[in-house]
Amino acid sequence: MTGPTNTAGTADRPKSYSSPLETPRPHLGHAVASEWTKMISVRSTVWTLGSLVLLVVGIGVLAVAETRATDFQEVPLTAPALFGLLVGQISVMVLGVLTISSEYGTGMIRTTFTAAPDRARVLTAKYLVFAGVAFAAVAGSVAVVGLASAILRGGAGAGAHGGGEWARALAGCVYVTLLGVLALAVGAMLRHSAGAIAVMLGLVTLPPVVGGMLSMWETLAPLGSVILRYNAPVAVMGLFGLPNADTGNAPGNALQLLLILVVTGAAVAGSYAVVGRRDV
Amino acid sequence: MIEAVGLTKRYGAKTAVDQLSFQVRPGHVTGFLGPNGSGKSTTMRMILGLDRPTSGSVTINGLPFRQLPNAQRHVGALLDAKAVHGGRRARRHLLSLAQLSGIPEKRVDEVLAVVGLQDVSRQRTKGFSLGMGQRLGIAAALLGDPQVLLFDEPVNGLDPEGILWVRTLMRRLAAEGRTVFVSSHLMSEMALTADHLIVIGRGRLLADMGTQEFIAHNSAGFARVRAADNDHAGRDALGEALTKAGGRVLQEPEGTLRVTGLDLPRISDLAHEAGVRLWELSPHRASLEEAYMRMTQADVEYTSTEDPRAELWEPEPLTVPAWEDGLQAPEVPRGAFFAPPPPGAGGQPFLMPSNPGELAGTDRTTTEDTREETR
Repeated sequence: MTGPTNTAGTADRPKSYSSPLETPRPHLGHAVASEWTKMISVRSTVWTLGSLVLLVVGIGVLAVAETRATDFQEVPLTAPALFGLLVGQISVMVLGVLTISSEYGTGMIRTTFTAAPDRARVLTAKYLVFAGVAFAAVAGSVAVVGLASAILRGGAGAGAHGGGEWARALAGCVYVTLLGVLALAVGAMLRHSAGAIAVMLGLVTLPPVVGGMLSMWETLAPLGSVILRYNAPVAVMGLFGLPNADTGNAPGNALQLLLILVVTGAAVAGSYAVVGRRDV
Repeated sequence: MIEAVGLTKRYGAKTAVDQLSFQVRPGHVTGFLGPNGSGKSTTMRMILGLDRPTSGSVTINGLPFRQLPNAQRHVGALLDAKAVHGGRRARRHLLSLAQLSGIPEKRVDEVLAVVGLQDVSRQRTKGFSLGMGQRLGIAAALLGDPQVLLFDEPVNGLDPEGILWVRTLMRRLAAEGRTVFVSSHLMSEMALTADHLIVIGRGRLLADMGTQEFIAHNSAGFARVRAADNDHAGRDALGEALTKAGGRVLQEPEGTLRVTGLDLPRISDLAHEAGVRLWELSPHRASLEEAYMRMTQADVEYTSTEDPRAELWEPEPLTVPAWEDGLQAPEVPRGAFFAPPPPGAGGQPFLMPSNPGELAGTDRTTTEDTREETR
């Protein structure tokens, strides 16, 4: 039975095995289905998205309850969603990082890349599934708050409100989703949950501090003011129609969106290059 | 069919895998042996396209792994049983892998039944024992019903029943005409499972041959002879008689004799002629473990200063018995060339030993020295 390899032994054995299963060429749709299964089958998704919805809707509805219709004469009806979203964006980023870094952390990534050696296909599916889920959660909870304030406070006393503010709020949701995509790209490059989450937290919480600090020195003040004007919280506040009074002439919303698009695009491109080449 | 040609992987100055060339053929279980840190896992990862070789190449059925049209349907692998997300339920884990290559969902339930995890398929894998983890990993490898299977340490953490199951499974998969490539540290297990062995040490190929052939090549079979304990004169007489008959006799610490070069009936006849009572006359065939130890002793990466492998060795004979001293080697004619006596060997002619163990066994201090050098 455990005889040495010889020609007599191989002769009576079939040359090679062929399986009855069909062999479709794997495509992006397969990978998206797989990533969707992965996304909905772990509890971290429930926790992060649950806390996002709870923060945005909870804080938003409380804020609406504390207002009167006249408060909305100057500000958009969607503005109450901003307060929860400024905290809730952290959940989006954490989910973005975990989408890929949990695979690196557990070693699952080796199983995944063994089953699907086309790494770009897997990574694209991750971006698509994450972006879809994150945008749906963010836009959905912002819509709940916006509708609540529109129904409760949207009377004649609140003045005229056009569709423009809803479009800007939607752009704000896109902005937060892009922050999450950026987090996924950072997670793919750093491969470490805590490290990537720390980077993303620094990115959204440090600019006001660093900008303020730099403004103390005369030579660095221009740089400080640039940092104070171009950063994630300021951009989201601008998109929700509550421009930060401290920063003065705030840049346009389009410019802020363009900036996050360029940064995220660069990080995503970097993640494809790094993940495709690196040993796992 | 897995084919590696000049496979090399360097990490900085360290060469993990060095010019490795081998073939793994279908229809056989091929064992992959080597000490810790010898490059087994690195080689497996390179086969699976997870690591990029520094030079050389490895193909599966003629194509590099990452160019296979549907990798999961051609190659299944178990690299690390713990490489799963602990919070995911077993069935969902397998389903997500199956979906990657468009494998139908019913196949997930099939493989769960094959590995015997159908009852725990809805539990989170975090709570799985090591053995259940191994079964889940094997299930993942079998998902695509592939022609080529790679298993890195598949029996780690399995109970005896599980080990038997894995052995039967491997042999069945190979009998179906698949290529099965298994690494393991359990020599006794490999001896039973593998038809063919590929042995590496320090990233280099040490052997690529059939299991039985490997054992025969790398071990010295001998007969152990024990004369009656109360008869020292008889033992000496027997030793002398065996030596005269052309056998090589070494004395073991407990007073037994280790005889090579004579078969058992002949030893028995000689003892009878010399009038010596025997308490033991036993053949000793080396195990795969011993053959493996003998082969890889110079290639072990991490050794304890207090060598724990020592107890795996047959006890080395302490002394060359006295009757060899005065003996003239009959096959060497008088006046022929003798190598100059080595220093400290008491001026004895140096007889080239037939294997290194005998050289090491001439006395205790030399044993220690040779070990030091080979390290």
